[in-house]
Amino acid sequence: MRNERNRYNLGVDRGRNCSNKYCSVHTMNDKAKEYWKKHLTLLAILLTIWFIVSFGFGILFVDQLNAFRLGGFKLGFWFAQQGSQYVFVILIFVYVYKMNKLDKEFEFDEE
Amino acid sequence: MSIQVWTFIIVGITFALYIGIAVWARVGSTSDFYVAGGRVHPLANGLATAADWMSAASFISMAGLIAFLGYDGSVYLMGWTGGYVLLALLLAPYLRKFGKFTVPDFVGDRYYSSTARVVAILCAVFISFTYVAGQMRGVGIVFSRFLDVGINQGVIIGMIIVFFYAVLGGMKGITYTQVAQYCVLIFAYLVPVIFVSILMTGNPIPQIGFGGTLADEPSVYLLDRLDGLMTDLGFTPYTDGTKLPIDVFFITAALMVGTAGLPHVIIRFFTVPKVKDARISAGYALIFIVLLYSTAPAVAAFVKTNLINDIDKVEYSEAPQWFHNWEATGLLQYEDSNDDGLIQYHSDPSINELSIDPDIMVLASPEIADLPNWVVGLVAAGGLAAALSTAAGLLLVLATAIAHDLLKRTFIPTMREKTELIAARVTVFFTVLIAGYFGVNPPGFVAQTVAFAFGLAASSFFPVILMGIFFKRMNKEGAIAGMAAGITFTAAYIIYFTFINPELNSAENWLFGISPEGIGTLGMILNFIVALTVMKFTKEPPQDIQDMVEDIRIPRRLMASDKEENPKED
Repeated sequence: MRNERNRYNLGVDRGRNCSNKYCSVHTMNDKAKEYWKKHLTLLAILLTIWFIVSFGFGILFVDQLNAFRLGGFKLGFWFAQQGSQYVFVILIFVYVYKMNKLDKEFEFDEE
Repeated sequence: MSIQVWTFIIVGITFALYIGIAVWARVGSTSDFYVAGGRVHPLANGLATAADWMSAASFISMAGLIAFLGYDGSVYLMGWTGGYVLLALLLAPYLRKFGKFTVPDFVGDRYYSSTARVVAILCAVFISFTYVAGQMRGVGIVFSRFLDVGINQGVIIGMIIVFFYAVLGGMKGITYTQVAQYCVLIFAYLVPVIFVSILMTGNPIPQIGFGGTLADEPSVYLLDRLDGLMTDLGFTPYTDGTKLPIDVFFITAALMVGTAGLPHVIIRFFTVPKVKDARISAGYALIFIVLLYSTAPAVAAFVKTNLINDIDKVEYSEAPQWFHNWEATGLLQYEDSNDDGLIQYHSDPSINELSIDPDIMVLASPEIADLPNWVVGLVAAGGLAAALSTAAGLLLVLATAIAHDLLKRTFIPTMREKTELIAARVTVFFTVLIAGYFGVNPPGFVAQTVAFAFGLAASSFFPVILMGIFFKRMNKEGAIAGMAAGITFTAAYIIYFTFINPELNSAENWLFGISPEGIGTLGMILNFIVALTVMKFTKEPPQDIQDMVEDIRIPRRLMASDKEENPKED
């Protein structure tokens, strides 16, 4: 077990100088698994927000939200026809920012 | 100057621009022809994706549809933008890492199966043809109203332009003309609506204006006024819906997932240099799309209010000029059934005397708001840009599906690059001819088959690509069974309600109250269930496939051998 961990830590250092298939396969696998797990967590968070603003606010709870107003808009109607679109754009840019950081952290970014 | 002269000038300039770009962007290799050499800047790709995606339907029909559907029209707004979140997060970056040229390429390689590849080719061809037919009809409508040349000549002029830049420049020519077309179409869309927004609400930003108060009655909100007008005429208030919530849910989901699975959209992300670029260019694309899609509901509310104010209970002889212009095209019809000389618009068909094709709402909006003639000409050029850019993208998918996926990858793997390029150009030639034929003789079922295109993309491509990336264990048996189940179910449901028993096509007969437009979502769920079940009982995919899946999940190239496998990287 300790041995594994050592190899992993070493691997991070070695990763800088090695970008071909001769790298330790184990090292790459552990690193890739960790990366993928963090990636999936990020996806889960962003897609939950995606679901809430469109299917939640715009469809399932539209009548409840329509009791509130945003200027001349009923709030549920606004989410369905305007708000959800703006949130979609923000979500993609947050994803791009987070992923570029994650890629760098794991040294998986493209040279 | 008259509307027609302005239209000739503006359309003429834009067409000259497209041809100029085509000559500049000539190509000599298959990689250039299919994916513009993989060297398109992400911002340019974002612009091109937006033009590629926004078709004649988005430009000409969508705001009109929303004007008639009110809140229910939200399915198009959320569905056709929300899909880009799925595309950016779940598909585009990994497909870019995979490399290669097409969606069937991915399906065939990932599932190590020619059968899967052929099924994917058939879906791509079917989806794209359905779409192209609609685009050519759009070109015809614009030409017949604004240029007075007859629908047929209009379609032929459009065919020659598309043919020119698609055959010469392939993806490269298409990409850069799409960039120009986006600029033309967004300018043409925004200029009239900004005018109208200022006139009606005093606010130059339509997205804010349509939630504001009326310019001539500062105490009344525009949407409240519109709700009131609609109620007076016997309709549901504009901001309320009439569709069942479950149906709105399923249609939105089918459109979102279908958008993410459309091959002509996916293929655009093969044209950028890096994985990073694929992610950001999906973001750019959505900004450019939302610019139009957040404006469309404002257009809808403005035009609807104007329309009711202008013509309801107005003497026919005093109806505005635009009313008669559009009557001449047959897209607007008035029949004075009670002989009182007044135009009556009402939800009750026995009182209503007016029938309006939603397609005219955007095209007529500058005339309805009494804007200068050059604005009308600009809108015509914008409609043509939207139709032509989408048609070109679709023709390229058809050409790659046939020349690359079918001929080269399935039947004649030894085909040389020069021959393949000729085959691709010949295929574009023939697909342009077929698309033109559909434009001249539009099949009556175009409108219904759009539901088909999204339903098929949602129930076939999306799940199969998603599982290919996120379930390493997914094997060819599972994928093929899933695709077959999803497509069969979705197609059968749509065919049953639109072709076999159209008279049964109403909420009480639908499965769980889901209309044929939304059934693709259920087809997708079925696809997942069948694929996962079959996978459990069959053997896992070979090691090299599992390694490939690991590899596409990571942006950096880890295998030295990647370079040789990837022809377009050199």
